[in-house]
Amino acid sequence: MKERAAVLGTGQTHYKAKRQDVSMAGLLREAIDRAMADAHVDWPDIDAVVVGKAPDFFEGVMMPDLFLADAIGAVGKPLLRVHTAGSVGGSTGVVASSLVQAGVHERVLAVAWEKQSESNAMWALSIPVPFNMPVNAGAGGYFAPHVRSYIRRSGAPNHVGAIVAAKDRRNGAKNPYAHLQQAEMTVDKVQASQMLWDPIRYDETCPSSDGACAVVIGSERAAAAVERPAWIHATSMRTEPTTYAGRDQVNPQAGRDCAAALWKQAGITNPLEEIDAAEIYVPFSWFEPMWLENLGFMGEGEGWRLTEAGETEIGGKLPINASGGVLSSNPIGASGMIRFAEAAMQVMGRAGEHQVDGARKAVGHAYGGGSQFFSMWVVGADKP
Amino acid sequence: MREVGVVGFAQSRQMRQTTGTTNGVEMLVPLITEVFSDLGLTKHDIGFWCSGSSDYLAGRAFSFVSAVDATGPVPPINESHVEADAAWALYEAWTKIQTGEVDTALVYGFGKSSAGDLRRTLALQLDPYVLAPLWPDSLAIAGLQAQLGIDQGKWSEQAMAEVAVRSRRDAETNPNAQLAGSKDVDSLLAEPYIAQPLRRHDCAPITDGAAVVVLAAEHRAGELAERPAWISGIAHAIDSAHIGARDLTTSPSTLTAAQKAGIDGVEVAELYTPFTHQELLLRAELGLGDDVRITPSGGALAGNPMFAGGLVRIGEAARQIWSGSAGRVLAHATGGPALQQNLVCVMEGR
Repeated sequence: MKERAAVLGTGQTHYKAKRQDVSMAGLLREAIDRAMADAHVDWPDIDAVVVGKAPDFFEGVMMPDLFLADAIGAVGKPLLRVHTAGSVGGSTGVVASSLVQAGVHERVLAVAWEKQSESNAMWALSIPVPFNMPVNAGAGGYFAPHVRSYIRRSGAPNHVGAIVAAKDRRNGAKNPYAHLQQAEMTVDKVQASQMLWDPIRYDETCPSSDGACAVVIGSERAAAAVERPAWIHATSMRTEPTTYAGRDQVNPQAGRDCAAALWKQAGITNPLEEIDAAEIYVPFSWFEPMWLENLGFMGEGEGWRLTEAGETEIGGKLPINASGGVLSSNPIGASGMIRFAEAAMQVMGRAGEHQVDGARKAVGHAYGGGSQFFSMWVVGADKP
Repeated sequence: MREVGVVGFAQSRQMRQTTGTTNGVEMLVPLITEVFSDLGLTKHDIGFWCSGSSDYLAGRAFSFVSAVDATGPVPPINESHVEADAAWALYEAWTKIQTGEVDTALVYGFGKSSAGDLRRTLALQLDPYVLAPLWPDSLAIAGLQAQLGIDQGKWSEQAMAEVAVRSRRDAETNPNAQLAGSKDVDSLLAEPYIAQPLRRHDCAPITDGAAVVVLAAEHRAGELAERPAWISGIAHAIDSAHIGARDLTTSPSTLTAAQKAGIDGVEVAELYTPFTHQELLLRAELGLGDDVRITPSGGALAGNPMFAGGLVRIGEAARQIWSGSAGRVLAHATGGPALQQNLVCVMEGR
């Protein structure tokens, strides 16, 4: 019933605060052309295109996939536009996988992007919503209380966030596409940076980037033509409301359920032992230990211990965000797909300077909204 | 391929203006309740949820999030959203069922066009660098398309008015229609233009509305419906965005979708045509003869809930199967300027 599917190739743009050297179409094509070259496919090989992006107000264009149809090679083909808030890059990968796993298509191009420099994201997010209290504090102000709650509940030492930030920024310097290139970043430097939303300091926050990421996903037959594809072992998505009585925003049920479904589908019983590399959506440093627990890599209250022990570094027990992660590049709508693509690159052996030695199985993770939308996949060097 | 059937459908009354928010919540909650009551289901029985809506129509970012919240997804659900008409959400849901991961799906769409200036809002779907700054609105573009067809002898103002009369008279039996009943063709042709060659009767009204459809696979569909509307083919495609570079009097993407879906032998076609000439265009493109009953619900000309309208066509066509009044039906959905993106869904009773 379910067909096997694999990532045949990936492509990314260089991430920058403002990519004013290219149009929106040019930005997407930069990622798409690299993904298609990596997958050794040409336009006639592509059966369908799936586009993912966060709110249209971020660029000021209504359903921009429509005007981009020509530039992204979709004319005459099916084009599907996904929008699931910050998790959208991951969801786009899941939808594209489904199209192949369903037996509908042989090869699907998925591309996720954001070009915030076309509009004004703060304006886009400031439009008042009926019956909702405005946060007026940006994402950092929204998530800082969750982080404080995590620290209180777990008893984690205060410097754990800085350890994550320094690691991700140093990793980013090994990734030529990363927005922030900070090879010399240290825990001390992070801790000396401006406090923004206690306990989140400036160097513990993600940048705001323009960028796009694309993947080509193919059937088992299509994958036969590719050297070392990344086989898709499992995908999952879960959603819960922004608020409800008893909701745990530090360790959301939707994330736990999503991970449980993912590990089950992938036949994984001990994620910490069986996963070789993880690309996890960490826009603020403390989300690394928080998601380590939410994903089931570590027990509740224990996530920070893995980080503090240095085991999430490249070369550690579970390298997390060898690419530099969201802390090094954050083109919002694309960030989830970058996690998915980087996980694939690890098991394909194509991660260059930030390759994790011998990675055979990796997880890509994305979340969005008020920690309420989750999408994940497990990819492996071996057929599932 | 797994056999998947449309087993449930609920739609709001199509209205010029509702008092609710642009999040669709007030329209959707009663519809979800209605469809669950009809089918004897609860939200826990749904394997996958998928919705279609637009932030630009809602005038705010993340409008779909409030709608998702309103479905009460506790415990968490397997859920996705498309920034497009909910007919494309139904396509994603159909795909998800095909993977074998789930057996049931609930699809919904909503749009509150009354909240803004729809004509101008839709202009923001155009190329933002070279076309949108000129603000050609949706009526202007439809008018250009209609005039091109008239110039080429493909249709006439008379034939367009006949479409309007038939649609709005058909809508007299549709309790959800916003506009029902029509003057005769000669009276309509005496009315002034609003975007030459379009007169008021050639254009869909501004509508607030929402719709919900439930899909189920194989035996599950058989349990939920006496006569499921089995999807025998569903496909979609998109045409060029450059309206000056494509022949606006044709719809290659509709033809591509129809060829993939397999439309031979359909008895009824619910076409999503917000302008009268677009029905004539699609009938010619699809080769639908006089023996095919066109849009018996009255269609978009009788009520046009944006981002739910395509899903309504699928629901209305499915009802023809459920009632036994047709054995094989076609539903069509569209999105983008001048029929840029099109979906065809063929269903049959067995």
